[in-house]
Amino acid sequence: MKGYFGRRYMMSASHRLHSDTLTEEENRAAYGKCNNPHGHGHNYVIEVLAAGAVDPETGMVVDLVAMDEAVRTRVLNRFDHVNLNLDPMFAEVVPTTENLCKAVYKLLEGSIKPARLSQVRVEETENNFFEYRGEES
Amino acid sequence: MVFLTRRATFSASHFYWNDAWSAEKNQQVFGRCANRNGHGHNYTLEVTVAGQPDPVTGFVVDLKWLKDVMERDVLSAYDHRHLNLEVAEFKVKIPTTENIAIATWRRLEPSVNAAGGAKLSRVRVYETPEIFAEYRGEA
Repeated sequence: MKGYFGRRYMMSASHRLHSDTLTEEENRAAYGKCNNPHGHGHNYVIEVLAAGAVDPETGMVVDLVAMDEAVRTRVLNRFDHVNLNLDPMFAEVVPTTENLCKAVYKLLEGSIKPARLSQVRVEETENNFFEYRGEES
Repeated sequence: MVFLTRRATFSASHFYWNDAWSAEKNQQVFGRCANRNGHGHNYTLEVTVAGQPDPVTGFVVDLKWLKDVMERDVLSAYDHRHLNLEVAEFKVKIPTTENIAIATWRRLEPSVNAAGGAKLSRVRVYETPEIFAEYRGEA
């Protein structure tokens, strides 16, 4: 019996949306106030969705404590209260919330055992959110 | 296909315990959730149905009808109850959030699918604002 288990985590980080491949004017046009030179921050919600068989003995898809540990060590310790632009994962890509979502997925993939990572959703504000479900070929 | 979701809340108590295990193993696996006196949550239930909007009404399903079905088939059994002690399916299954999602699906599916038009698509149960489980009818 396949079920899904989700958990929401909070973290705060700063970023600046700026691409070195664009001119100053193009950056301004693409990113608006998100391109302001000194950056800005958000309280992000990271929602992690795991999928797997509901264990008949425990009634659970995944051990919540193990999931918390994976998210804390792999994601929150890395991204909470930092400037995302300085993280090596954003050396080549702009830390938009789309790319943050993919980065979180990449960091967690394979770590939510025995379940499988199904989706990462990142809420940047109460009105913006992004979801990534891995490469869907 | 259009997906329509109705949300409802209920409050209930439960505990996690596997009778096939020793008390020590229950404590080790379930931690504080294994406290035999139980504890409670304010649950939020999200029921999603999928279908085509009716050409005359523009509805996938009538929301009032869906509210009544959820009330009759689920909330009347779960709300302000001790799930382990008072709800038949949890005498044999541990009332984890995952199993509540599956049980809610089983309670709703006959009524929703018999009504014609929309099909039950997803049941999501929030145990707290941060923790939820989903069932989509998959084997």
